[in-house]
Amino acid sequence: MSEFENFQSRAFVLPQEDIDTDQIIPARFLTTTSRAGLGAFAFHDWRFDRQGQPTAHPLVSLDTSSFQILVGGRNFGCGSSREHAPWALLDFGFKAVISSEIADIFRSNAARNGLLPIVAPAEAHAWLLHNPGAAVTIDLAGQSVQVEGGPSFSFDIEPFARHCLLEGTDPLGFLLARRAAIQAHEARMT
Amino acid sequence: MSPDAPPRSLFDKIWDAHLVETEAPQTPGVVYIDLHLVHEVTSPQAFAELEARDLAVRRPDRTLATIDHATPTLAFDPADGPAYASDAARKQVETLGENCRRHGITLHGWDSPHRGVVHVIGPELGATQPGMTIVCGDSHTATHGAFGALAFGIGTTEVGHVLATQCLLQRKPRSMRVTVDGEAPDGVSAKDIILAIIAEIGVDGGTGCVIEYAGEAIEALDMEGRMTVCNMSIEAGARAGMIAPDEKTFAWLEGRQHAPQGEAWEAAKQSWSQLFSDPGAKFDREVRLNAADLAPMVTWGTAPDTGIAITAPVPQETTASRKKALDYMQLKPGEAVTGARVDQVFIGSCTNSRISDLRDAARIMQGRRVADGVRALIVPGSVAVQKQAEAEGLDQVFRQAGAQWREPGCSMCIAMNGDRGEPGELVVSTSNRNFEGRQGPGVRTILASPATAAAAAIAGAVADPRQLAEVEYV
Ligand code: SF4
Repeated sequence: MSEFENFQSRAFVLPQEDIDTDQIIPARFLTTTSRAGLGAFAFHDWRFDRQGQPTAHPLVSLDTSSFQILVGGRNFGCGSSREHAPWALLDFGFKAVISSEIADIFRSNAARNGLLPIVAPAEAHAWLLHNPGAAVTIDLAGQSVQVEGGPSFSFDIEPFARHCLLEGTDPLGFLLARRAAIQAHEARMT
Repeated sequence: MSPDAPPRSLFDKIWDAHLVETEAPQTPGVVYIDLHLVHEVTSPQAFAELEARDLAVRRPDRTLATIDHATPTLAFDPADGPAYASDAARKQVETLGENCRRHGITLHGWDSPHRGVVHVIGPELGATQPGMTIVCGDSHTATHGAFGALAFGIGTTEVGHVLATQCLLQRKPRSMRVTVDGEAPDGVSAKDIILAIIAEIGVDGGTGCVIEYAGEAIEALDMEGRMTVCNMSIEAGARAGMIAPDEKTFAWLEGRQHAPQGEAWEAAKQSWSQLFSDPGAKFDREVRLNAADLAPMVTWGTAPDTGIAITAPVPQETTASRKKALDYMQLKPGEAVTGARVDQVFIGSCTNSRISDLRDAARIMQGRRVADGVRALIVPGSVAVQKQAEAEGLDQVFRQAGAQWREPGCSMCIAMNGDRGEPGELVVSTSNRNFEGRQGPGVRTILASPATAAAAAIAGAVADPRQLAEVEYV
């Protein structure tokens, strides 16, 4: 994973609460053995009608070169453990997700893939929901979000996830380095 | 417990016993995983990662695989092979086969008498045991918590971590206890209890938590009912759900293929008996319900916390999201859900596809006919459940009622194997998610118990199973 850099972009708003992983990527697109190219299926059933024609949803014409931040309603990413959800959002072009509440598994899956999950205070979240297109600057090292013309705020992130994102550190390497401790645990088990 | 040791919860005890390294401010804990369950959908990219790094599977003996999500449920001629919904689905199943062969992992594939939905076969084989840590790349892994295990879903990257190291990097979740006092009235099943719990605490009420279910009504449930309850913990946002093991747990496991035998069995029972929350154990949150207040439940919306008593009207909703859900479901506030015309009924999934679920459904369908224009799909959770049901003649009850008796798999729970609803159709389903499009684009899903789903099939509309007069509850 490459290192996460500070960036500024516009916030794209999906105001619905409880946006679940079946909305982010419908299950019928999970029959894949790769993690590439899933952006084509991101929010598929919101972007396309049953005949496969593009709908009027603002996601359809979204220019993700200027909208790299997704602001979702409360409890974003609930539902399944599919890592395909952050893969799809990243491939679609998002680099961060902001909500007042982000579901557990989605949150850790996202961070692990370089999609920054940001839990915003309720007031700042409400402001962002009501001001689509706001220019937002994300500073991961400083754990802060600056919003042009709106409330700036700091956010919490699990320190190890932050470290891995900032340094591009690989958690599997970290675990593999614990081989001796794992072996000792196994020896104690029986 | 020594006299001055602080009281610990069931969750604390299992957590402590599996720490390879304790967490520090800058690093999460390293948690050992006793059992890793694997299926075709969330594993290929993890195996590919191992391959790319030239890593072996650390403990193939602690890894168990099956195929369930993408597998068709129509019987097939071995000469032709299964009729996959797509080439991608076939490739996914075949990829798991190759990965298991290469790494020496036991796979319950097409030829295994133990093939089935991953959360059905773990317990069935006795692989799921009290005190274990169990993970799977699947959010309904909490099912195994019914045995007093700490079981939770993980993402594909973590599947790779467990394959390579048998460990996960985790911070200790918070804890919550849901106590269900009292006795559930006749006709109120485990599914109704968990739908009521989720309605009470909300889809995010358990976020960041491990839930322990306790109380008279939970203790009164049989093991399959307990699995149904734990299964849906994630629908309240919880990482895991668990229930302290007791004599019922031990009786259920005794003699099963992976369960300890002989002296080892006695020793295991001895140590499992220590797995309970000590009096005075601390929980970050406590919730209490009384089972006596409950009725059969149905959901009216597109999130699993929209359960209401089947006798209650659809509530008035104020938030935009909930109004949108009502719109999607084509239901009106103030009106009853009963009477809504049903197109399909699905009885199956890791929530409700075990033998007791099928017996519940058969009791309602016995001697009756599925209403004209309704398709009823009965999908057993595993080959073993299928065989047991057939030995009891349940398949005949379903067939004579005009329902379809299928091969095991996830089927219409997730609708990725070709079994699905059509746009706009109303499906009463015993599965666990009523998200928009979960059972096919535009499909409207009502979650319910097997009895309620069977009643809907017979009535052709959402109906209270207690009103089917001849049904005797035992
Ligand atoms: S039955 Fe449904 S919820 Fe259970 S494992 Fe299969 S797809 Fe997931």
